[in-house]
Amino acid sequence: MLKIVMAVITRDLKLAMRRQADIVSALFFFIIVVSLFPLGVGPEPDLLRKLAPGVLWVAALLATMLSLPRLFADDHRDGTLEQLALAPYPLGLVVTGKVIAHWLVSGLPLALIAPVLGIQFDLSADALLVLTLAILLGTPALSGIGAIGAALTLGLRGGGVLLSLLVLPLYIPVLIFGAGAVDATVTGLGGEGHLSLLAALTFASIGFAPWASAAALKIALE
Amino acid sequence: MKDRFNLYRLASPATFYPFAGTMIPYFAAVSAVFGMAGLYLGMLVAPTDFQQGEGYRIIFIHVPASWMSMFIYLVMAFWAAIGLAFNTRLSGMMAQALAPTGALMAFLSLWTGALWGKPMWGAWWVWDARLTSELILLFLYIGYMALTAAIDDARRADKAGGLLLLVGVINVPIIYFSVKWWNTLHQGSSINMAKSSMATTMLWGMLLMAMCFWMYSIAVALMRVRTIMLERERHTDWVKARLAGDEK
Repeated sequence: MLKIVMAVITRDLKLAMRRQADIVSALFFFIIVVSLFPLGVGPEPDLLRKLAPGVLWVAALLATMLSLPRLFADDHRDGTLEQLALAPYPLGLVVTGKVIAHWLVSGLPLALIAPVLGIQFDLSADALLVLTLAILLGTPALSGIGAIGAALTLGLRGGGVLLSLLVLPLYIPVLIFGAGAVDATVTGLGGEGHLSLLAALTFASIGFAPWASAAALKIALE
Repeated sequence: MKDRFNLYRLASPATFYPFAGTMIPYFAAVSAVFGMAGLYLGMLVAPTDFQQGEGYRIIFIHVPASWMSMFIYLVMAFWAAIGLAFNTRLSGMMAQALAPTGALMAFLSLWTGALWGKPMWGAWWVWDARLTSELILLFLYIGYMALTAAIDDARRADKAGGLLLLVGVINVPIIYFSVKWWNTLHQGSSINMAKSSMATTMLWGMLLMAMCFWMYSIAVALMRVRTIMLERERHTDWVKARLAGDEK
């Protein structure tokens, strides 16, 4: 069972490594969006410190959205997806592998670059640590929930816009707890509660979302 | 043909179409009666609120619309579950027929809420937990309608929309509680939405209006599902016979 998940992960990672430009462009999208905000609202450190959690998280949601359409589209176009669906393994496990691989190439880089961007917003060391942890814990949920949307909109015209329409409302809890964790640290309340809830959301969506996506893929492949 | 009344036969569009046609006038009439009674109680009989004056009377539209917006989403999810489990044609059509009414109710609830909020709180919009989750509910309706509209194949649209509805209905409580918690943590608007004890006439007026909205939703959804049926089954004999013959 683990073998098929690992096989899909290594395959998707290998494919992603052959096209590193995709990873880098999503990452730079994240950096640029975050950097636009100080230019828009002004450089006062107090204001920026207050805005930082929300801005970083909203940018992370958008950057994840950017890479979601490709989650199944390439495999769908060249027929790999149908072969995977016909394979003697549950499709849910295959999707679990794809979700984990998607997180490794889209969520993990965001978490690694986030503290650097946090410094631009004058966050304290504690807040930077919590920010990194929160993005590390929350982005797998984004990949999981996003996979459902990507599977539902597979092969539809205007898929990208439609995908964000479907998925962004479902991202709201992750946004609230993710930004809340940093916010609570900045105000001195402590972000452990938020981080625990984020972890709960992540485990729930990694556990259940792939099966819902698998059902959606079967509908799309009919 | 008319040996025994069998509920399952209604699952076929050919039998449900005329059945819906005969039921629509009844639901519409009941809705009108409830509506008139509710408006009479609400506008003329119910006492003026000692805190909010006459402005509170928008409650007779606002609360039923909010209830219906949530209830319709649940009904749609119910049909989606039936459709995915038993692969029935009618379920997806029902869910699609209900969606615009649900979105309308969510919109009405937000709109009347804004009209009510301005004189009472001095603001059209506050980021209250209930307002925010109602807005998110509207987004969910819009997402469902956009998804079903984007898929040309009707069967796939039903199934994909149904799956989205089920995912949404699991998420609604999570979204609601996260928004509620976010709101209490931020303490943005210190407005107490809790109402004091309500006069009995007010409660009755509200319940009557809720019944009116409920019956209206059923009547409109049945009308819409009839047109959806005609469109989807246009190649079948019963639709051709019906369109060639009389209108009813």
